[in-house]
Amino acid sequence: MDDTQLAERLARDLDGTFEALVHAHVDRCHAIALRVLGNSQDAEEVAQDALVRAYRALGGWPPERIRELRLRGWLATIVVNLCRNRVRRHVPLTTPLAPLVEGGSGPAADASTDPAGLIVLAERRDRLGALLAALPERYRIPVVLRHVADLSYAELSSVLGRPEGTLKAQVHRGLAMLRVAAAGTGLEELIA
Amino acid sequence: MTRHVHAVDADDAPGALSSLTVAAPAHVAEDVLVEVGLADRMAPFDSPIGQLWVAWNGRGVSEVDLADDGPAAVIRHQAQCGRRTTLAAALPDHLADAIVRRLAGERRVRIPLDLRDRTEFEVAVWTKALEIPRGEVRPYGWIAAEIGRPKAVRAVGTALGHNPVPLIVPCHRVVRTDGTIGQYSLGGPGNKRTILAAEGLDPDALEDAARRGERLAGSTTTRIVCWPTCRHARRTQDRYRISFRSLGDAAGAGYRPCKVCRPTAIETEA
Repeated sequence: MDDTQLAERLARDLDGTFEALVHAHVDRCHAIALRVLGNSQDAEEVAQDALVRAYRALGGWPPERIRELRLRGWLATIVVNLCRNRVRRHVPLTTPLAPLVEGGSGPAADASTDPAGLIVLAERRDRLGALLAALPERYRIPVVLRHVADLSYAELSSVLGRPEGTLKAQVHRGLAMLRVAAAGTGLEELIA
Repeated sequence: MTRHVHAVDADDAPGALSSLTVAAPAHVAEDVLVEVGLADRMAPFDSPIGQLWVAWNGRGVSEVDLADDGPAAVIRHQAQCGRRTTLAAALPDHLADAIVRRLAGERRVRIPLDLRDRTEFEVAVWTKALEIPRGEVRPYGWIAAEIGRPKAVRAVGTALGHNPVPLIVPCHRVVRTDGTIGQYSLGGPGNKRTILAAEGLDPDALEDAARRGERLAGSTTTRIVCWPTCRHARRTQDRYRISFRSLGDAAGAGYRPCKVCRPTAIETEA
């Protein structure tokens, strides 16, 4: 079921359809929160809170307003706003100060079958996530929305309220900063 | 110098960091559904009459059931409310704490209840039952009169029998108009006696007094008449205590009804 059909069904039967919305969007909401906040416990709380708020908002809206919703962008907006509140409230997140270049994690031969390779891949992913979390928010959020959550620039523009050109430049700059930070760590290939 | 804003190809391809997308842990989706009240959880809770199973969601407690077997209680609850229900190891701390304090007699403890899809009449009956203090009882007819439906005594009994959250809504404190203890949904009348006794009442003595026709208790010093278990009636010394068969008798003798327990003229049960 795509988002248009989902919105149509939500408009007719919120309680009967909301579970489908949760299953369709929980991973993306969680991924955005995780990569913006860089902390899995906060990310789980934000993803849960965002979906609960979505349900309560939908409950108070007339069907025609629900029908016109662009769910992906709307949910991303809620998640991003909750992440920003959290960052504002708490001390900035832990920055990855551990040495990024160290031996040990050699190139994984075949990550898909070899368990050790999977662990190495997960570990490399965590390190890359930490690098991303260390980017300034101005670049980090657009990069996450575009490249982790797969939103279009049009959607980014509606979530963040900035022109598409600005966002393209910020994503470009963010990825460039990420490549610089990843240089020599063996993580470059993950930034395809 | 022109600023180069057009991203290079690699930047524009979505998913350049797609390895960073990890699936949300399964509990996140389930927690959302419970929080908004589209799914329930159920956990055991110890009480004076045995192991209870309490179901709840983000809106409040949705059921209290007496069962030895959790999975059986879950299946019953699911069939009754139509929401997917999962077993949990324990109630959330705030809820367990609130229930313990409520059962200990603290009436101000707020326990949210999920009473969706119940009739207005049922909710009115249960809300009224919540006003009866621990260690006191009132007849069905009192609830009927208090909610403005004095003739609906039987319907009050039925509504109390359908109380989804016994103990929290103390339907065990509502007794028959003839003074006998009456039926109880949570495992039968024996449990009703056990719970009332645990709250400091003597069910046998109550029934004996009712059989002698002592439906109301007055004080000869204040000339106020109460339900016999009203705290004002119980602190009256025996030598000043007088019994009445009905509010009419009491009024005839010049007694006025207590403003706390509000004894009512009771329609006889059909």
